[in-house]
Amino acid sequence: MKLRTSFLLPAWLWLALLFLAPFAIVLAYSFLTRVYVGVAPPWTAESYQRLFDPLYLVILARSFAIALAATALCLVFAFPAALFISRAARFKTLYLQLVMLPFWTSFLVRTYAWIFLLRDTGLVNTVLQALGLIHAPLPLLYNDGAVLLGLVYGYLPFMVLPIYATLERLDPSLVEAAADLGARPLATLFRVVVPLARPGIVAGSILVFIPCLGAYLTPDLLGGGRTVLVGNLVQNQFTTARDWPFGAAVSIALMLIVTLLLIAFLRRESEPLA
Amino acid sequence: MPPILELRNLVKHFPGQQAVRSISLSIPRGAFFSLLGPSGCGKTTTLRLIAGFEQPTSGDVLLNGEPVNHHPPYERNVSTVFQNYALFPHLTARANIEFGLKRHRVPEIERRVREAVALVGLTGKEERRPAQLSGGERQRVALARSLVLQPDVLLLDEPLAALDPKLRKQMRLELKALQRQAGITFLLVTHDQEEALSMSDQLAVMNEGLIEQTGTPEDVYLRPRTRFVAGFLGAVNWIAGAAIRPECLTVSREAPGLTATVTATVFLGDCVQILLRLSTGETAVAQLPRAAVRFQAGETVHVSWNPADELSLP
Repeated sequence: MKLRTSFLLPAWLWLALLFLAPFAIVLAYSFLTRVYVGVAPPWTAESYQRLFDPLYLVILARSFAIALAATALCLVFAFPAALFISRAARFKTLYLQLVMLPFWTSFLVRTYAWIFLLRDTGLVNTVLQALGLIHAPLPLLYNDGAVLLGLVYGYLPFMVLPIYATLERLDPSLVEAAADLGARPLATLFRVVVPLARPGIVAGSILVFIPCLGAYLTPDLLGGGRTVLVGNLVQNQFTTARDWPFGAAVSIALMLIVTLLLIAFLRRESEPLA
Repeated sequence: MPPILELRNLVKHFPGQQAVRSISLSIPRGAFFSLLGPSGCGKTTTLRLIAGFEQPTSGDVLLNGEPVNHHPPYERNVSTVFQNYALFPHLTARANIEFGLKRHRVPEIERRVREAVALVGLTGKEERRPAQLSGGERQRVALARSLVLQPDVLLLDEPLAALDPKLRKQMRLELKALQRQAGITFLLVTHDQEEALSMSDQLAVMNEGLIEQTGTPEDVYLRPRTRFVAGFLGAVNWIAGAAIRPECLTVSREAPGLTATVTATVFLGDCVQILLRLSTGETAVAQLPRAAVRFQAGETVHVSWNPADELSLP
């Protein structure tokens, strides 16, 4: 018993110092009053009341919409990729390495790279113009589409890997049984393979949706400040706006919403199996 | 009318392995036919070629006289009961049984499912998932799922291997009764000679990708044409150049007969086995009824048999 406690000590320390303490600080800040730099008493819930300003509700709604869209697109691209890798007779490890290859470079650098690809004088527009397909550069950068692209690109591996893990465990005789009973390939896919990959789809969706909802780097760089999402709102409050209590309140609210959604979602998800 | 299933010079090579070397077989309509052989003899590959999971290297699979080589599994009117049953774990027993009917868009699904469920004795368990069913019940779902489609041939891949021995014996009788009742041609793959002998109308004994002998259970047991068939279907004694089954030997304390020494006796419940060393140095096993004379190890005895019981082997 003692041994077990001492083994868990590092984990508890890590949790206390790097999660619970910062969380408590942010929670405290959200109920304090804004001063020139930082926070001070008196305690107030004023920051939370400001959240209901339509301006901020719209930002929250947009963030949800973009995160949902990014998750859906990731799923559409990741599922076939995961299926392909799980069925590959050879080079399976190589394909998995390729999925994880982007992690070898910083996310920041990779997001900057997209700017060079998408800007008016970037690779895509230059090539399209050189081919004579377009006469003026397409507005590829600094819009919602660019943000969505960046998010899907950035979080795709988090969708591929959990789906791959469930497909890898899928008994191939189930696919044969479906065909044997008269199911064409598409029916087998949607009636057998997708339902059985559901745990992976759920895990991947959570892994993509949550960071997308709080993303600030991608919308900041590829949205060009025009696309303000909730992550950028928090960042702005702590930097340029210097309204730490409000920034903290937005963070806490976001965390609360995500937690409640997750609990509701996972409860519904585990019901049919119980 | 052509045979319901015919295999013509069927060959299947895998890289570095000739799984099926050349198989020709004709299975009559309504028969209970078994492919019997040791593991690795190509019997499961043959079944997979018939189902369409594998493409033959050469040769033809004919259903009702029509070649189906180029038809995918979902366009062949055969159905497989897999060794591990391959039930869809996310679907209830009912949904598993309905699966094929829905894909074929047939009418009266509800009635047909109800009949299939009753046929295999699963009434009342329709809403359970495979994980909530016992091994025997899962097998019944697998059978119902295939039988409900009224396939030309039901393919069974070692269907009893996953059951415990007691249930296995009971399911042998049930499978046979089910086949008669459903009137569907069954093609069973097994490595268990007792299973093949007890259930089949006809069987083919396979070895190393070839069929050694085809015939009724009596034919292959009593009149094996090769040493492999004789040995695979039951124990064979080789005494003075004659092949003779253990249950055909007579052991006595009195002459006549070849002189032998009892090396051990084995009580098997329903019978007794006597292990013998003949004066020629050969060893033999005799299987006697339990009520027969008791022999002791070390005793000198005389072994004889009726020449009509000798197996004529090349």
